[in-house]
Amino acid sequence: MIEIDLSQNALREANQRLQAVAADDNARRFLLRNPRGAHAVAAGLKAPIEVTIEGHVGFYCAGMNQEADVILRGHAGVGLAENMMSGTVRVTGNASESAGATGHGGLLVIEGDTSSRCGISMKGIDIVVGGSVGHMSAFMGQAGALAVLGDAGPSLGDSLYEARLYVRGRVESLGADCKEKEMTAHHLDKLGRLLERAKVSANPRDFRRYGSARNLYNFKIDNLGTY
Amino acid sequence: MCGIVGLYAKRPAFRESLGAHLATMLVEMSDRGPDSAGVALYRPTTTAGTVKLVVYGATDFDWPALKTALAGAVDPEVGLEQRGNHAVITARASLEALRAWIAAQHPELRVVSAGEIIEIFKEKGHPRDVVQHFGLEGLSGSHGLGHTRMATESAVTTEHSHPFSTGRDLCLVHNGSLSNHNRLRARLKKAGVDIQTDNDSEVAAGYLAWRLAEGDSLEEALERGIGELDGFYTFAIGTKEGFAVLRDPIACKHAVLAETDDWVAMATEYRAIAPLPGAEQAEIWEPQPGRIYAWGA
Repeated sequence: MIEIDLSQNALREANQRLQAVAADDNARRFLLRNPRGAHAVAAGLKAPIEVTIEGHVGFYCAGMNQEADVILRGHAGVGLAENMMSGTVRVTGNASESAGATGHGGLLVIEGDTSSRCGISMKGIDIVVGGSVGHMSAFMGQAGALAVLGDAGPSLGDSLYEARLYVRGRVESLGADCKEKEMTAHHLDKLGRLLERAKVSANPRDFRRYGSARNLYNFKIDNLGTY
Repeated sequence: MCGIVGLYAKRPAFRESLGAHLATMLVEMSDRGPDSAGVALYRPTTTAGTVKLVVYGATDFDWPALKTALAGAVDPEVGLEQRGNHAVITARASLEALRAWIAAQHPELRVVSAGEIIEIFKEKGHPRDVVQHFGLEGLSGSHGLGHTRMATESAVTTEHSHPFSTGRDLCLVHNGSLSNHNRLRARLKKAGVDIQTDNDSEVAAGYLAWRLAEGDSLEEALERGIGELDGFYTFAIGTKEGFAVLRDPIACKHAVLAETDDWVAMATEYRAIAPLPGAEQAEIWEPQPGRIYAWGA
């Protein structure tokens, strides 16, 4: 394990070092200390390395991640793991707004709560939240899955395309064109695998499933005259 | 953009270093607002019956002469402490009389804050320079608010800087933008509220001042504000006893709150809180949209 103290080393140099790890390098485990709310900590990683961050971070932590496994022991600011492509990001604390925004792939696990717009415009990322999510989560979600063990705030899944949403607690309200759907054996199986991958202990049968009603994004020939 | 910070001392011992901690927080928010910066410090330094007025003037203003004139006209034991191009005037007089005298004798001076304990200092320039200009690091206080400004909708001047005084011992700092400020400004001016600039945040300050003067409690005024102020905002409102925080219901403007046994802090970003003693162990959370959080206030 290679330790980098961010109170002694420049963040940009630390990030460059992490981003430069080659496929055949032996050094693959890193520990970052004292992030003190810095932005873009461990962003842009692109190799299968393990990075642990001790402390609270600012915005865009682990953004654009590819293949790396990032563990944050603390809270995260806005845009955690935004635009993630692959790999995993796990947060032991809470995360602020727009966690997992526009993510294309990989797995994001937030053990605590996260606030508004979690998974906004998600494009294939899987997100598991141990606590609750704020308003307008999965807004315009296109692909991937969002599983919430706690509650969901107002307007869940507003203007949703094809992302799958699972909530164990209470949903305050559903957004435009989002509706509850039947939890089939197929979905129970998929959710069970997702929870297992996220190392989260919960029974898929306790969740309800929500998805797109597919009325907003399909062009209707009857409306032709309107344009 | 813009950065806001707030700090409230829960233990008297923490008050001694409040100015220094607030200065650190403010400088951490420089990237969010390099145009101008300001603070409202609540400093219970006066005895009962004494009022405190902060005014600012030109760099070559003759402050000792003002003190002599005030001693003759208002209070023989008037206090005047110069801080940069601002001065803190303390006098055993009514605020109205003191303000009226200054308006009549020195119309070139601008009143920045008025009350019994509030002291607002604000200026154009990088937050680091503003902190130094006013010697903030040496000041004690029970609580304080700060603002770093990146102007988006009106000019960069001292008058356009935050905090805005909203009445006796009251002030407001704002991160965001209001979309209905022109119409609201006209309405407030009709109601007799003194608004000096075309800045949107000053309208929010004027709105609160107006509601409080109409008899609303701070909470009532803020509740009503959610319906009347259209736009994006995180507000921090300073009162004589503490401060309150409110985010608009859509909550586009982030904010974080933290609390230990010694202090309560709010900031636009956690990195402004990180340097405070015990921050890593603090309880940290994000304020919910449309909900009022208050300490002491």
